[in-house]
Amino acid sequence: MIAEAGHFALTLALFVAVVQSSVPLIGAERRDSLWMSVAQPAAILQFLLITFAFACLTIAFVTSDFSLTTVVRNSHTAKPLIYKISGVWGNHEGSMLLWVLILSLFGALVAMFGNNLPPGLRARALAVQAMVAVGFYLFMLLTSNPFERIIPPPANGQDLNPLLQDFGLAVHPPMLYLGYVGFSMAFSFAIAALIEGRVDAAWARWVRPWTLLAWCFLTGGIALGSWWAYYELGWGGFWFWDPVENASFMPWLAGTALLHSSIVVEKRDALKGWTVFLAIVTFSLSLLGTFLVRSGVLTSVHAFATDPSRGVFILALLVIVTGGSLILFAWRGPGLKSDVLFQPISREGGLLFNNLVMTTAAATVLLGTLYPLMLEAMGGGKVSVGAPFFNATFVPLMLPMLVAMAAGPMLTWKRSDLKPVLNRLWFAFFAAALMAIVAWWLQGGAVYGLIGAAIAAWLFAGTMVQLAERIHLFRVPWRESLRRLGRMPRAAWGMTIAHAGLAITIAGVTGAGVWKIESIQTLSPGQSATVAGYEYVFQGVKKVDGPNYRADRATFQVKKDGKDIVTLSPEKRLYVVQNQPTTEAAIYPTLWGDLYAVIGDPEGTNGAYVTRLYFNPLVLWMWIGVMLMVLGGAFSLSDRRYRVGAPTRTSRPVEGAAAAQ
Amino acid sequence: MKRKHKRLTFVLIALLLLGAATALVLSAFEESIVFFHSPSDIVSKKVPLDRRLRLGGLVEKGSVVKKANAVVTFRITDTANAIPVTYTGILPDLFREGQGVVTEGRMVGNEFKAEEVLAKHDEKYMPPEVADAIKKAGQWKGGQQK
Repeated sequence: MIAEAGHFALTLALFVAVVQSSVPLIGAERRDSLWMSVAQPAAILQFLLITFAFACLTIAFVTSDFSLTTVVRNSHTAKPLIYKISGVWGNHEGSMLLWVLILSLFGALVAMFGNNLPPGLRARALAVQAMVAVGFYLFMLLTSNPFERIIPPPANGQDLNPLLQDFGLAVHPPMLYLGYVGFSMAFSFAIAALIEGRVDAAWARWVRPWTLLAWCFLTGGIALGSWWAYYELGWGGFWFWDPVENASFMPWLAGTALLHSSIVVEKRDALKGWTVFLAIVTFSLSLLGTFLVRSGVLTSVHAFATDPSRGVFILALLVIVTGGSLILFAWRGPGLKSDVLFQPISREGGLLFNNLVMTTAAATVLLGTLYPLMLEAMGGGKVSVGAPFFNATFVPLMLPMLVAMAAGPMLTWKRSDLKPVLNRLWFAFFAAALMAIVAWWLQGGAVYGLIGAAIAAWLFAGTMVQLAERIHLFRVPWRESLRRLGRMPRAAWGMTIAHAGLAITIAGVTGAGVWKIESIQTLSPGQSATVAGYEYVFQGVKKVDGPNYRADRATFQVKKDGKDIVTLSPEKRLYVVQNQPTTEAAIYPTLWGDLYAVIGDPEGTNGAYVTRLYFNPLVLWMWIGVMLMVLGGAFSLSDRRYRVGAPTRTSRPVEGAAAAQ
Repeated sequence: MKRKHKRLTFVLIALLLLGAATALVLSAFEESIVFFHSPSDIVSKKVPLDRRLRLGGLVEKGSVVKKANAVVTFRITDTANAIPVTYTGILPDLFREGQGVVTEGRMVGNEFKAEEVLAKHDEKYMPPEVADAIKKAGQWKGGQQK
């Protein structure tokens, strides 16, 4: 009964979305406020209906209702409760339901908090949002209905893929989707602006918070996925340039570009067409990501089911959304030209340079990700494009931007001079050179390692110099500097924190990627191996039982200079229901690197095991850096100019400014 | 600088970036693309064997030998031909005899030295490349794949 109610709510939501995608649009065209006002209640109703449907599916999972196909395939009575709940989105149908839940959530948020939006823009944006929703509701109802019954219902389920029974993976999809789908808001605003034929500073102020919000979630979501791969897959790596990872990384690159270009629209009323274009591209890449992951054209842990009809449907959706909006852009975009001028060396110039690099890098990742599919479709054989390709293309492309990133924020708007800025950066030059030397002394001359260390130091020091400049450190009494620090706008804080966070992330990625130490050996109980100065004493393997698995648990006593540091207990588990083994790495994070131990198969009969031990330098820095980036985004989001009521578009600027206060 | 020149500067920067990207992509394609081959492809010597490649098929039943120091040898078969493989390290959790596997590495003589054995995420899963290779060898039995 609950399942039928959920199914009904989903169907009803489709009809509401159809109304929401048409009536307000017509209303906006005719300037009919009654028709336009349909949008908000419709958006809220959609959200309520989908929340209800989602609750129904959650109940079905929690109560192990095995008359539902999805529940049978992905749940089991013996599974811990938290994974019963996360199992709701740990499968294709449920994850699409989560997708539309978040889509409708964003629509409802705009409906509820967008009171200061011009009615026409709001009606159009919500209508566009509903069009996307219609596509996805149809997709679900026609090809991936989460409420499908199975007759007769089996006695128990097939359990969730054990790799997905994990806390990181319980949180990763919702975070990632909040990011992916959050960009739909920027997209809807962009399309609405194209229909309206008007993009101005006020428009950018409405779009930027949504983009920022989506960006924060996407950044966090990607990091969570990476963290999961790091501790769960047991290979000691954190990023594999797997197509599925690229699928989330491409919208991140485009979204980051959008974030920066929207500043130019807001402050300078320039780059308008480009920003609208980026909004379209970012959301299209999000859709492409969904297609790559959900269609089964790629094989990975994310491809839950390979059903060609689904792939074709999402591909069609992708073509309609992207193609349609690009055609609209080609038609209306030229009208968005601005008369604002700026010199190449200026803040705008710096931000545009960031944009050019980000989009080129995104295009490179796109090419590398799709190339195997294209080649195979044309009958050119089967290839894989892996990490070496991306390391050889993406990394060098990003370098000039990272170098420019330290100077960019110190340039003034409109026209600027590079020389004084570079003069102020002497400290960053010094820091970069010093770090490169330190890295060379500690780790030897791996070129990528030296470059990474130098760039991280350069960017971090450059960001700090910029902060010091801003508060006139050492030029005015320190009390005055502190006062300036206290009065710095949140957006400036956000930028400083996020840029510093990126610098720390780069240091972490360099450490973990270039200076990793790996050691594979067979150890008998009592034997030990030494990795990076840490001595691992293998104390044997015991059998232990978990709620729905059996495990072999090894014990390593780790010592350094004769002193006990920590006991590591990696496991090899066998999940009984799916008869699937998994590897549980044991990790001890320290500031300078993670101790990481994994066991393999037994060798011989005396209790010896194949063991794999790693020292992964600076991994912790990576996670801290990413957290700082998200924190920076959150700071920027809380800037007073984005608070509810702040952006007001008006033909009488004086009054508008007063109202904004 | 005139307006035209300003725009030109950015167009030039964009072109420069695109040019750099294209050059990087082309050289990386040359060096780092890895082709997938079945045992039959390799036995027939129709493919260049001096570069890094992926070899996929089924792990031949009874062929897995675990030697000292984490060295493993096994044979990968597409049911028509089989290639001996050596690997040092921990095999992925789902590595089993009779099941599909994809390895990456180089041919050394008549033996394949695997540097990576790819972890697959599902017991029932058969890499599509492997399924195709077995189909090509004419031995495909339906039902092996989910």
